Amino acid sequence: MGIYDIAFWILTVIAIGCALGVILSRNPINSVLFLIATFFAISGHYLLLNAQFLAIVNIIVYAGAIMVLFLFVIMLMNLNADVEPQKGRLVQLAGVVSGGALLLVLLAALRTAKYPTLESTPNEIGLIQNLGKVLFTQYVLPFEISSVLFLSAMIGAIVIGKKEDSTHSA
Amino acid sequence: MPILPLHYMFLSLTLFCIGIMGVLIRRNAIIIFMCVELMLNAVNLLMVAFSKMYVDAGAQVFVFFIMVVAAAEVAVGLAVIVMMYRKVHSVDVNILNRLKH
Repeated sequence: MGIYDIAFWILTVIAIGCALGVILSRNPINSVLFLIATFFAISGHYLLLNAQFLAIVNIIVYAGAIMVLFLFVIMLMNLNADVEPQKGRLVQLAGVVSGGALLLVLLAALRTAKYPTLESTPNEIGLIQNLGKVLFTQYVLPFEISSVLFLSAMIGAIVIGKKEDSTHSA
Repeated sequence: MPILPLHYMFLSLTLFCIGIMGVLIRRNAIIIFMCVELMLNAVNLLMVAFSKMYVDAGAQVFVFFIMVVAAAEVAVGLAVIVMMYRKVHSVDVNILNRLKH
């Protein structure tokens, strides 16, 4: 059992444990912190899979930007009190059972599938030089379209989030 | 025991199903939104594992695009949640049942 295997299992336990913490903790702030820990564990997995650029981008974009946005919203709305009403026991049980059933079905369906083995030799495809070449040659049109998506999301967030004009209220 | 592609597949399926359970059992809209992020990340992890398996950079570029879409989704979704909080002073999704009546 090499260092790679040990790192894999440790990161797996952290990821699944923190993901359970996200859905089980009462306080939304704790959920956000658990989710950040999950993202860090997933970034560790990216490093093990030779996706160095994505590991860094995952930390910067998810843990750095998106989760900070979540924290801001929770703190601005003062939601960090444990006042969230719970769903009924029956509904919670139904949710857990249906999620578990989906997991079971997917695992059973994919258990016997055949895959190529993971290349144990490190490869260079996760480095930013290689990814940048692919992104700006083969995928340049989706890249440009995603910039339009960002622009429309920005405008949409501003339009949705601005205070309603009282003179034009319907 | 060597790490097989199946291990990554099981890990990412587990994370995905935890996200689904979170969407189903929680009532706080923000937590539900965070569970959607968790599901997106599970898919990202599987894409990176496939990229390693088939030695292909296209999968990692797609992970990049998924992150782009997630960022745009969070910006609009949190604006919607803030507006909802302004209207009904709660983020409980069970309040939003006007279509029922």
